[in-house]
Amino acid sequence: MIASSPPKTFILKIKRSLGEGKPSHWESFEVPIRPSMNIISALQYVAANPVTTDGKNVEPVVWDAGCLEEVCGACTMVINGHVRQSCSCLVAENLQDGNTITLEPMSKFPVVRDLWVDRQRMFDNLKKIHGWVPIDGTHDLGAGPTETQEEQEQRYAYSRCMTCGCCLEACPQFTKDNDFKGAQVFAQIEYFNSHATGKELAAERLDVIMEPGGITDCGNSQNCVKVCPKELPLLDAIASLGRKTTVHAVKRFFSGKK
Amino acid sequence: MADHPRVIVVGGGLAGLAATVRVAEAGVPVDLFSMVPVKRSHSVCAQGGINACNTVARQQGYSEWQHMDETLLGGDFLNHQPPVFEMTHWAPKIIDLLDRMGVPFNRTKEGFRDLRLFGGSIFKRTHFAGASTGQQLLYALDEQTRRYEAEGKVNKHEFWEFLWPVIDDNGHCKGIVAQDMRTMEMKALRADAVVMATGGCGMLYGKSTMSVICTGGAASRCYQAGAWLGNPEMIQVHPTAIPGEDKCRLMSESARGEGGRVWVPRKKGDDRKPADIPEDERWYFLEEKYPKYGNLVPRDIATREIFFVCQDGYGISGGNMVYLDITHLPMETKNKLAAILEIYEKFTGDDPRFTPMKIFPAVHYSMGGLYSTYTAVDDARGMVSGAHNNMMTNIPGLYAFGEVNYAYHGATRLGANALLSCIFDGLFCGLSVANYVRDGVAHEQSAGQAPDSLFQKYVDQEQAKVERLIANDGQNNPYEIWREMGEEMIASATVVKTEDRLNQAYTKINELKEQFKSIKLSDTGTWTNQNLSFSRAVGDMLKYAETILAGSIARKESRGSHYRLDYPKRIDDPFHKTTLVKYNAAEDKPEITWEDIPLPLVPLRDRSYGKVEAAAEKDEKKEEATSV
Ligand SMILES: Cc1cc2nc3c(=O)[nH]c(=O)nc-3n(C[C@H](O)[C@H](O)[C@H](O)COP(=O)(O)OP(=O)(O)OC[C@H]3O[C@@H](n4cnc5c(N)ncnc54)[C@H](O)[C@@H]3O)c2cc1C
Ligand code: SF4
Ligand code: SF4
Ligand code: FES
Repeated sequence: MIASSPPKTFILKIKRSLGEGKPSHWESFEVPIRPSMNIISALQYVAANPVTTDGKNVEPVVWDAGCLEEVCGACTMVINGHVRQSCSCLVAENLQDGNTITLEPMSKFPVVRDLWVDRQRMFDNLKKIHGWVPIDGTHDLGAGPTETQEEQEQRYAYSRCMTCGCCLEACPQFTKDNDFKGAQVFAQIEYFNSHATGKELAAERLDVIMEPGGITDCGNSQNCVKVCPKELPLLDAIASLGRKTTVHAVKRFFSGKK
Repeated sequence: MADHPRVIVVGGGLAGLAATVRVAEAGVPVDLFSMVPVKRSHSVCAQGGINACNTVARQQGYSEWQHMDETLLGGDFLNHQPPVFEMTHWAPKIIDLLDRMGVPFNRTKEGFRDLRLFGGSIFKRTHFAGASTGQQLLYALDEQTRRYEAEGKVNKHEFWEFLWPVIDDNGHCKGIVAQDMRTMEMKALRADAVVMATGGCGMLYGKSTMSVICTGGAASRCYQAGAWLGNPEMIQVHPTAIPGEDKCRLMSESARGEGGRVWVPRKKGDDRKPADIPEDERWYFLEEKYPKYGNLVPRDIATREIFFVCQDGYGISGGNMVYLDITHLPMETKNKLAAILEIYEKFTGDDPRFTPMKIFPAVHYSMGGLYSTYTAVDDARGMVSGAHNNMMTNIPGLYAFGEVNYAYHGATRLGANALLSCIFDGLFCGLSVANYVRDGVAHEQSAGQAPDSLFQKYVDQEQAKVERLIANDGQNNPYEIWREMGEEMIASATVVKTEDRLNQAYTKINELKEQFKSIKLSDTGTWTNQNLSFSRAVGDMLKYAETILAGSIARKESRGSHYRLDYPKRIDDPFHKTTLVKYNAAEDKPEITWEDIPLPLVPLRDRSYGKVEAAAEKDEKKEEATSV
């Protein structure tokens, strides 16, 4: 019995740094395991008791979190080498070599400090693609367009993207210093372009991903879809945009735009 | 500095974003502050839906008037009637607008917006987008905000923390002091009006259904700067949450709205698996006690019933849990609830499609908050559109929108009414803000003309606070103080309250306030210091907690979510009044006064929801006549 009983504590090994371009190092913390404990509660324990396994008092670890129920996207990090949300990651299911879990910041975004990264690029891209429905204003102008259940289901699948960046972290084409847009952006273009009013800006959106860093740079490695926590139909979006940009290019050609 | 009027919005949840869009649309530039990228605000957590009278319900006899009536009855008449009238009558327009913005509302076979049942009503009046309605609504407003940002009309300051309102010698709000949470840079920014839309205060209970940023710190700072609070003792405890280590995750009311049933084994301590307990050995206590509303009685009532059933020893295995069962529902219905069922599965490992969920009440919403005013129309049926003071606090130029505003929900908020009140505040009262700054009334000096020294004074004040915290070499751990505060508040000021326990908690909170004076930060650096930000908020949470307790002690009656075991009845004379809490800076303590609540539209009536054991038959009839 005793031999098979689960460990009472585990080691949280964290990659730390004071920011982008600053040297990084690993620190380990021993954390008591409690039933159905997630990574966030382990980090909360470390915040209250910032003492490493070799007994050193250190500055508490910095990380980003919000909802704690996997809808805000804030707490994304690399856990045991896999990118995911730390709030929905249960300690008991992820102990490696018996009792260790490693945490690293996402590698495709500049580090602010420790596990906190700056994902502003994702929000900036939403601005570039005109990520909104161009309504006339907030005045009372009656209901929006009706849509079928099937259309709603398709749009709903895309609208659940929480801008977490897992798809970009896993994508071989997306790097810190290139301009590749990535699956998050492709999915959002498909989302806005499939709304009756959102369509108004479809051409502008397609223009953005026909430039360098656009859809043709996608190597179709399909890593993105495997890591998306909200199971967005990313490959459908990529395939659909591939077709639409081709048609759009032909149209542009004949209208003499380029 | 150019003297064009400007507005600051603090908070980028539904209320803050709706305000930003409305003010920017009116042509007034907005500086938008938020501790998190606005798209990650707490509003994403809302699951169930948003209420509005609609075409189908209307033809079945429902109306905006009745939506108002339900909201007032739900709030046990502690809400002011003209704002609630206006909000419920605006609700259908808000749904239409969100629909035009592209929110993927669920659809019927014919392509119209689908509806679901929610607590406090027997009509389907709740619009929804899967079980992630808040996320969808927030994204739609985030997108419209981004559009104005792209046009240069909105300037976002994300990862900036609001520290203090700037108030001039005339007592008018002229801007804020804020700090960058990454670089720790501090600055004052000018504005002719400031909208606080900073959400709820669940974190001061340690664990709640809220996000980690919902500390109430911002509201507490305004209170300490002279803004009044209204009804802070009104804290909603949601009946159905999944208890967790770091957070209590909500199991939305929509689970019951779609047909979910709450039950316990009839036999105390029955250890059988739920599936092995036959139907007649299950006690569906809500359905039995409230035949009319069943599992959809308002939250405070469901919460108390669950709490007492567990206290009486009927909880699962004798503990503090009851079953919330959706296993009998058709697959199609379960699919509509996918987003919340996934949460349950992810965090407990059980699949609620096949095993009943184990749930218990958790702190969920603050009905109380910053006190606000309004101008009613002559016959009290609504507010005057664009009136300067709509949802303005007692400090001219300082507004309160969304959950931080005390105005709409009285002593209990009905499910799916919060999203409505947040967006309504932003859109309807956003115009008031725009008018206030454009008309230039009440500004002896505009923010642009105010002297630099005014702003510097407040920056110095906040800088000094930071230096004190960092230099402090005490022995107390701020996380430990926070944990103790949470435990004390849960034990004293949630489902049931008594004078003795509240007094004990009041003493304890004051001890913690003393201990807070000698804390020690574990991070004293000047780069991305979360320890500093959190500790500062703990100090402010303690002061807010004190007002919750003071209000709870002073209100010697039971009303809505505020249930006093020692005063179990509602006592209208003298307590049908707003609890007004003002900060006494000299003695560092709350002071309570009372304000009358006019009843121009609907008279006071009993709030029994047709409970069978308690309510006499005539109550039942009365209720039928007025509320159904
Ligand atoms: C789990 C859950 C489910 C819910 N489901 C529903 C539902 O189905 N229907 C319904 O009607 N209601 C629901 N509610 C209630 C509803 O979600 C909230 O009341 C509402 O979202 C609050 O919105 P808000 O705009 O007032 O504030 P929030 O969304 O909380 O946003 C607060 C904003 O203020 C900012 N902020 C806070 N402090 C500071 C500071 N010091 N400096 C700078 N910025 C600051 C934050 O960054 C954030 O942007 C639910 C609540 C919870 C917890
Ligand atoms: S398919 Fe591959 S290359 Fe294309 S976006 Fe996805 S991960 Fe990147
Ligand atoms: S598409 Fe998926 S993985 Fe990518 S940002 Fe959105 S939710 Fe995250
Ligand atoms: S904290 Fe929001 S996704 Fe984890």
